[in-house]
Amino acid sequence: MGFSLGSFLRSCPGAIAQGIIYGIMAMGVIVSYRILNYSDLTVDSSLCTGGAVTATLITAGVSPVVSLMCALAAGLVAGTVTGLLHTALKIPAILSGILTQLALYSINLRIMGKPNVTLLNTELLISLRNIPRAILIGGIFALSVIAVMYLFFGTEIGCSIRATGSNEKMARAQGINTSFNKVLALSVSNGITALAGGLIAQYQGYCDINMGRGTIVIALASIIIGEAIFSRVIETSKVSFAVRLFSAVFGAGVYYLVITAVLQAGLNTSDLKLFSAAVVAVVLSLPHLKTVKKGKVRNDAKPE
Amino acid sequence: MLSLNKVSKVFDAGTVNEKYAVKNLSAAFAKGDFVTIIGSNGAGKSSILNLIAGVYFPEEGTITLDGADITRTPEYRRADRISRVFQDPMVGTASDMWLEENLALAYRRGKRRGLRWGITETEREFFIEKLKPLGLGLEKRLSVKTGLLSGGQRQALTLLMASFNNPSLLLLDEHTAALDPGTAGKVLELTEQIVAENELTTLMVTHNMKDAIAYGNRLIMLSAGNILLDISGEEKQHLTVTDLMQRFADLSGEELDNDELLLTS
Ligand SMILES: Nc1ncnc2c1ncn2[C@@H]1O[C@H](COP(=O)(O)OP(=O)(O)OP(=O)(O)O)[C@@H](O)[C@H]1O
Ligand SMILES: [Mg+2]
Repeated sequence: MGFSLGSFLRSCPGAIAQGIIYGIMAMGVIVSYRILNYSDLTVDSSLCTGGAVTATLITAGVSPVVSLMCALAAGLVAGTVTGLLHTALKIPAILSGILTQLALYSINLRIMGKPNVTLLNTELLISLRNIPRAILIGGIFALSVIAVMYLFFGTEIGCSIRATGSNEKMARAQGINTSFNKVLALSVSNGITALAGGLIAQYQGYCDINMGRGTIVIALASIIIGEAIFSRVIETSKVSFAVRLFSAVFGAGVYYLVITAVLQAGLNTSDLKLFSAAVVAVVLSLPHLKTVKKGKVRNDAKPE
Repeated sequence: MLSLNKVSKVFDAGTVNEKYAVKNLSAAFAKGDFVTIIGSNGAGKSSILNLIAGVYFPEEGTITLDGADITRTPEYRRADRISRVFQDPMVGTASDMWLEENLALAYRRGKRRGLRWGITETEREFFIEKLKPLGLGLEKRLSVKTGLLSGGQRQALTLLMASFNNPSLLLLDEHTAALDPGTAGKVLELTEQIVAENELTTLMVTHNMKDAIAYGNRLIMLSAGNILLDISGEEKQHLTVTDLMQRFADLSGEELDNDELLLTS
């Protein structure tokens, strides 16, 4: 079956809704990946933790909004654990994230009590049963996250977190407790990710233990696509950080539109992760490939 | 005011690479002292500054500042009283933050950081007043990322940041070594100006003997992690490079390597 424009267009609203919700997750990853300069793999599981908490609570009769707040709290705790593994126990960054990620797999199963919780016949805040409403609610959440994050990272403590990520030596010399800040930032990052997880579970009407696998890849794709599109505005804007956050949501939207298109064009769903990984690998290597082309090959060039 | 009491710092203890960077060193510094520190590569100059700043802790000995024992106080907690400028101009500022944000960060050194906005309008005016005398036009570039500034501009900015909030002690570790001679001279002038204006007690490591003699009221020469020469007052004022080299040779029994310690500026 070939690509049909008609059915692609019909799938667009759904892709946009998904893009917005995953965009919220991508904004969480911006905190670790862009602000802290820390590749945090906890998110692959904390997204599911958010979904698991939300789905389980809703099944138990808790309101969808309260269950989302609980998801956020669970993510804050997950990020704190990664942060403490790294700062207090001196475990390398990547490994700290992997350890929490692995531990969360078991915890997520414990929360749900089974590998899969479905949300049938319940009142939900956001659902694919009503896509226009999902886009509206998702948009409100995304804008609120942008606003809160923009304000937070402009405060004294927010600035000190940015300094910690930008130049740790300088931060310490300016009296900043860099260990505390790393824990705080990872906590915030996973809190936002888990919130997105809660929204995703409601949107798709279920939470599955494998939900969230590859989250980091989707996040990076969204961030990088967004930055590529908005690079000039991010450079020059007075509210550069807000633009950067918005660009990640936009990037996630583009990502899901592309995914929808390639699925329509006949890509097998089970090959999707291979496709995503390949796309992100290409996008991440672009800056390097460009310099190779210009003849300025630097073997010591570090990946961003 | 600052005193080091039989301080030792060992790296890679218990291995074949065991190395005493600082060995059983004692020294006391008075308020208002401007001390220049020289010594060949590996003499332990940076190690001493790092011990005082709390980058790492000594294996033996104690360090007191203003009467309080700070031997094991974490680095970020002594930053309220100890400010620094580093050799590498990249290290002193957060390169992807704005100039005014860097100043605001330094302005909060030693204060509680809460949920108030990271910079206020009054501070911005204060920063502009402080930037003008640097003569670099930085007061018009408050929202430039410091990564885009030149090495000399960054060192000048770091110096200004270090002068905020009346620190008890200013530590300069070869802060002009990465600059071209002309810029280095300007940054040194600025250093003297800021030190005098704020009456800062200063320890300045340099590789340049002339500078070590020209600046400050006391000169310390380090060798193998301890103090070889300690010259101050009248004697320091009449000191020449030749004297210094002669005294080093007499004390250590070796010639001072001219390449290691720059004789000209
Ligand atoms: N982190 C470290 N690990 C191992 N050895 C170190 C470390 N830091 C310093 N050393 C060693 O301690 C000794 C003193 O080093 P230090 O950096 O204090 O010298 P310095 O006087 O500042 O020299 P330079 O003029 O080259 O800056 C050197 O032998 C050095 O190799
Ligand atoms: Mg040194």
